[in-house]
Amino acid sequence: MSDTDIALSLQSEVQAAIAEKIPLRIQGGGSKAFYGRTSQGKCLAVAPHCGIIDYEPSELVITARAGTPLKTINAQLAAQGQHLAFEPPHFGSTATLGGTIACGFSGSSRPYLGAARDFVLGVKCITGKGEMLHFGGQVMKNVAGYDVSRLMVGALGSLGVLLEISCRVLPMPVQQVSLRLPVDNEAQALQQLTHWNTQCLPLTASCFDGEAVWLRLAGVEISQARQKVLAELVSQEIASAFWENLREQQLGFFTSTQTPLWRLSVPPTAPSLNLGKSIIEWGGGLRWVYSDLPAEQIRAAVEKIGGHATLFRGGDRTAEVFHPLPPVLRKLHERLRQQFDPDNILNPSHFSTHW
Amino acid sequence: MRTLFEQLHDFLPADAVLLSEEAVRPYECDGLFVYRERPAAVVIPETLEQVQQVLKFCYTHKIPVVARGAGTGLSGGALPHKAGVLLSLAKFKRILNIDPVARTARVETGVRNASISQAVAAHGLYYAPDPSSQIACTIGGNVAENAGGVHCLKYGLTVHNILEIKVLTIEGELITIGSQAFDSAGYDLLALFTGSEGLLGVVMEVTVRLLPKPAAVQVVLAAFDSVINAGSAVAEIIAVGIIPAGLEMMDNAAIRAAEAFVKVGYPVDAAAILLCELDGSPEEVEIQIQQVRAIVEKHQASEVRLADNERQRLQFWAGRKAAFPAVGRISPDYYCMDGTIPRKHLPMVLQRIHELSEQYGLAVANVFHAGDGNLHPLILFDASKGQLHQAEELGGKILELCVAVGGTVTGEHGVGVEKLNQMCVQFNSQELLQFHAVKAAFDPANLLNPEKAIPTLHRCAEFGAMHVHHGELAFPELDRF
Repeated sequence: MSDTDIALSLQSEVQAAIAEKIPLRIQGGGSKAFYGRTSQGKCLAVAPHCGIIDYEPSELVITARAGTPLKTINAQLAAQGQHLAFEPPHFGSTATLGGTIACGFSGSSRPYLGAARDFVLGVKCITGKGEMLHFGGQVMKNVAGYDVSRLMVGALGSLGVLLEISCRVLPMPVQQVSLRLPVDNEAQALQQLTHWNTQCLPLTASCFDGEAVWLRLAGVEISQARQKVLAELVSQEIASAFWENLREQQLGFFTSTQTPLWRLSVPPTAPSLNLGKSIIEWGGGLRWVYSDLPAEQIRAAVEKIGGHATLFRGGDRTAEVFHPLPPVLRKLHERLRQQFDPDNILNPSHFSTHW
Repeated sequence: MRTLFEQLHDFLPADAVLLSEEAVRPYECDGLFVYRERPAAVVIPETLEQVQQVLKFCYTHKIPVVARGAGTGLSGGALPHKAGVLLSLAKFKRILNIDPVARTARVETGVRNASISQAVAAHGLYYAPDPSSQIACTIGGNVAENAGGVHCLKYGLTVHNILEIKVLTIEGELITIGSQAFDSAGYDLLALFTGSEGLLGVVMEVTVRLLPKPAAVQVVLAAFDSVINAGSAVAEIIAVGIIPAGLEMMDNAAIRAAEAFVKVGYPVDAAAILLCELDGSPEEVEIQIQQVRAIVEKHQASEVRLADNERQRLQFWAGRKAAFPAVGRISPDYYCMDGTIPRKHLPMVLQRIHELSEQYGLAVANVFHAGDGNLHPLILFDASKGQLHQAEELGGKILELCVAVGGTVTGEHGVGVEKLNQMCVQFNSQELLQFHAVKAAFDPANLLNPEKAIPTLHRCAEFGAMHVHHGELAFPELDRF
């Protein structure tokens, strides 16, 4: 697809929707349509607004229109030996940068290199008032005004339609190896993950896939670090297929069942939750569980250990899919949403039944 | 009859309320001395409940509240409000919990930045953000300002290094933002609160992420005969894929001032020096030191030094870390700016600062976080000769220049009261109104640190600045240098 700037026509569409009080359903590549609550509304197609606007490798920053395919961005960066270090999942070949940032998805490297929100430096967006605004910029250190660009990450478009995003990028690692340690059960896996988290290893990914703990080490020179872990060295080919399938949820675990998929974000050192068969990432901090237990039961178990549970795929998507907030926080969220989108035009009820 | 402020005694101990003019005087300014104001009252509560009562009291009576940590800020963010309460959080200095396995520390808002690293050192851990005021500044202030330091390029700012904060709203409600996990439900309010300069809530407790101390650290000092060569060496270091732990540049004026102060043997004839610190495993540090050495030599470094030992490494840094006080020694007053620019514009921006310096007849020394583009020009002036106004005007011009090349008016010091006018240059009126709308969601009565950080449109109209559209409408004269 060629580079096109349709910012002004998108703005007119939003302004018309505000005038006529017609809710909009913001759509990028449609690869993450499964996520969030079911949203009604007229489609606002952002995918045609695409193209890389600015990329200079020595500045470690890329700026692109929201509709730019994620794979285009990854290819451009890879050609210069750089990458989006938060390793966002695509969940389909049509994934766009805007959708990725609006969902706030981060991949396996998240605990070690940072989340999507850590790499966003600036955005241009259209608010629910129909205004086209810039926040942040293209520089890493910037404390002028509130950090609205990071606030947009994971907000599912409910605070603004993303038009342009500037992201910090990092060099790809010079060396990378993956290691596999078979374990007997989840408790033992969690023990292993906690252990390796505290061993000063250059970890960039970790996982328990139900049978073994996988560790990925990366850096400039990692042979010494690699010696510290007595484990099976996995071939590059198998390893890269494994991490990619994990990120894209294409491992057997993710494709073999139909019950709802829950995403549990918990303190990494929390013990096994025993809510069902699970895959564990992020050194113990992210747990994927297929379970048809009642949502209340899952949420209560996760809340007790200081985490939150998201109904990631499937299940009842007209109910709350994100963890309900305590009353004061909920009130602040509603007020904040109100300040960006007073007429509830942008993806209404996509995030919550309340806003 | 008692005055309104005397009623603070109803729920605070006698020594926690200061009302007399002389008692409140020590609080009249923060690290930016040129702005001073005496608050109606200073309160120094000791418990969270007391802070809650202070906020409820102020909310009920519509009294402005300015929270203050150590008062080391450089933008007047903690400048008191003359009709308001100055809320000192100095007594909240307990480290509540250290978890070496999860690598986190939970601390009260008034804990000093450096004392966190000291407390966790025994576990081989440290807290990465290291603003130069770190021996005095508090973690609560760091959150309010999104404090940085010399290691940001690799390790990030405060926003990248905290997990959870406990905050009191203006209504005195306690909320938890973020979590002990890697993310939390709802909007990313942790990012929104970080750097919000005390306008949205009062941070009471912070859980920080800790990092293991690197096994090896080494620093290269390279001298250059031209700033342009130093700048291109920086660009190449980054372009080849090295992320240094620190990458700092000083110009000749800063080198001379620092050397006169700390006497560590800086090359005083150099146009610029680069300090490039690398950390990690001994093997990777060794490889990257050689790479950096080759790059600076390629860009015609006139001299390259490697620290032979830890003592020498600290000496290399001593001049950089003492740059501000060093400049303070050679000039009666100095004014520290804090713009950030895309690195590629460095030579042009330095040239333009030099021209502005001659135009205003005030010397400028430049220290620069070259890795992340954060520039600290230090304007030398003498307030007793009435040069403050000129210094401020020159500073304003420098910040406008930063915006014109696509940068920002503040990289890490915050807007406070100091850069309100320049905010009118960086943001248009709709953007400024959206910032005010964000505040209204949390503090509709505008009581928390009012008149700071975000200018009113009225003020911008008075200032008469042309909004420079994120570098797209660069000043026409920029093409000429």
